[in-house]
Amino acid sequence: MTQSDKANAAASEAPSVAYPSIDPATVVGWGVDADPKNDPTWPIRDRSGDDGARADWTPPSAQVAGVEILQSVEYGRRPAVVGESTPPAGLSGMVRRAAFRFSEGQWGHWLLLMGADRLNTVEGLLQDFRRGRMPNPLFEMGFVKHERRHEAALATAAVVGVAVAGLVLLNRRRHHLSL
Amino acid sequence: MLAMDYRGPRRVRIEHKPMPVIQHPRDAVVRVTRSCICGSDLHLYHGMVPDTRVGMTFGHEFCGVVEEVGPDVQNLKRGDRVLVPFNIACGQCHFCKQGLFGNCHESNAQATAVGGIFGYSHTAGGYDGGQAEYVRVPYADFGPTLIPDWMDPDDAVLLTDVVPTGYQAAEMGGIQKGDTVVVFGAGPVGLMAARCAWLFGAGRVIVIDHVEYRLEFARTYCPAEVYDFREIGDPVVFLKKITEIGADVCIDAVGADASGNAWHTLFGKKLKFEAGNATPLAWAINSVKKGGVVSIVGVYGPTGNMIPIGNVVNKGVTIRANQASVKRLLPRLIDHVQAGRIDPKGLITHRVPLEDVAEAYHLFSSKLDGCIKPVLIPNAE
Ligand SMILES: NC(=O)c1ccc[n+]([C@@H]2O[C@H](COP(=O)([O-])OP(=O)(O)OC[C@H]3O[C@@H](n4cnc5c(N)ncnc54)[C@H](O)[C@@H]3O)[C@@H](O)[C@H]2O)c1
Ligand SMILES: [Zn+2]
Ligand SMILES: [Zn+2]
Repeated sequence: MTQSDKANAAASEAPSVAYPSIDPATVVGWGVDADPKNDPTWPIRDRSGDDGARADWTPPSAQVAGVEILQSVEYGRRPAVVGESTPPAGLSGMVRRAAFRFSEGQWGHWLLLMGADRLNTVEGLLQDFRRGRMPNPLFEMGFVKHERRHEAALATAAVVGVAVAGLVLLNRRRHHLSL
Repeated sequence: MLAMDYRGPRRVRIEHKPMPVIQHPRDAVVRVTRSCICGSDLHLYHGMVPDTRVGMTFGHEFCGVVEEVGPDVQNLKRGDRVLVPFNIACGQCHFCKQGLFGNCHESNAQATAVGGIFGYSHTAGGYDGGQAEYVRVPYADFGPTLIPDWMDPDDAVLLTDVVPTGYQAAEMGGIQKGDTVVVFGAGPVGLMAARCAWLFGAGRVIVIDHVEYRLEFARTYCPAEVYDFREIGDPVVFLKKITEIGADVCIDAVGADASGNAWHTLFGKKLKFEAGNATPLAWAINSVKKGGVVSIVGVYGPTGNMIPIGNVVNKGVTIRANQASVKRLLPRLIDHVQAGRIDPKGLITHRVPLEDVAEAYHLFSSKLDGCIKPVLIPNAE
């Protein structure tokens, strides 16, 4: 049982919006110092349209998602509209799913997501290789313009090629010496 | 269609992607004609926002032409020129009903703290953004606003975020006539906040940064008294000296990518033990006068930051903060643009073809070539 499961269980036994445990009318002095002008949130928040309803607004019709949507445990139901960009996948996706077992207030949630992001970067590189596409860091990091991206890719390939060849040679030489 | 594609920290590129489609009856698809890169995008670009997935398209400041509408969208039609607020808001939940359109409860499945934002990681809903030729716009019957005929599209695109954010930063300061206002950060948001501080009646406006060309720009654009924090020793002491008792209002328009304190840069930005570097926020709290107001629009991550909260208590500081509620402010801001009281497009320094998105990110992130605000222009027109 996670902390959020525990919280949900405890909340189901606690007083609710519909069934508060204390009736304000029974409290001596209720509201005598209430001052509508003491609202530091105005005008950022305008309460004039407030009908006292806390969660029972008529929601927009729900989008039928075509991909896996990870959802914060802090919601009662899924918000009506969702983003379907880049659904969780691979190893990073597994970590993301694990992260969403924690609530937003827990560091584990965010640390796992950050970890997943770093993994995802590596997955992105592997995906490029698999599709026969060489990453082009000089272009992607914005050091060269779009029309010169092929030259940048060649230059990167050349540098990587020379470096690899150098390493191989160095390794051979070391072998020779130790023999 | 062509769209920006995130590959990992500091690596983005242009990519062919499928056209967006209507996924909900209240959606529209918009053909993008202008799309900016924002300081907020830099937090994503630097890999600081959790759940930023490889392959996502960023971009939350865009305007364009309606291409297609869903069956429930009655107020827009194909061909309409629209500016699209960066907040994805339903217009009918508890929070939207109170005008808190940045905090909509029906647009972000992944987190309850913030509403959905276009192209802003899955922590803000997982929507592909507008640094692309086309973009899906949810709740299109609520958010998008027709661009008046007289309005320059360069002004329109800045009304989607920078102008309302700067304006709300000043508004949240509760500025009274004659107040001394200090703005930390001379990026587009800070510049606009400083400009708007005058609209609320500020008596003195001070801008702090460490990028010389931006301070130079602030001097005439806002206009403001400007200081480079590398040249004034302890900024808090300096500000207390020149204001005698501290500023009436301090505005943090920097956010998690701040510099200015080696310890927080290492601990927050590099090691990520904090949600970035909150140095300007600490400066704001410490240099505002007792009983003063600190207004935060700089964006921080969802975990935690070390700030002098004890001083907030002892000084009786009021802190106000939020994502800007763009839709709420638009009518007033359109008036200000028409009356010539603010000049949004004056912030644009770079116009870049969408194909060169990687170069634009690099310029803006590294503050090169006098860059203040870059706008991407797709060729779809
Ligand atoms: N709340 C909102 O609705 C909202 C909307 C848009 C942007 N933002 C946030 O506003 C912030 C600024 O955005 P921007 O587009 O102007 O970004 P920007 O990166 O162009 O500007 C930030 C400026 O702060 C300066 N700076 C760094 N450390 C500083 C310090 N310690 N003291 C003073 N200045 C310092 C930088 O040199 C830079 O000029 C970002 O955090 C962004 O995410 C918030
Ligand atoms: Zn923005
Ligand atoms: Zn809403």
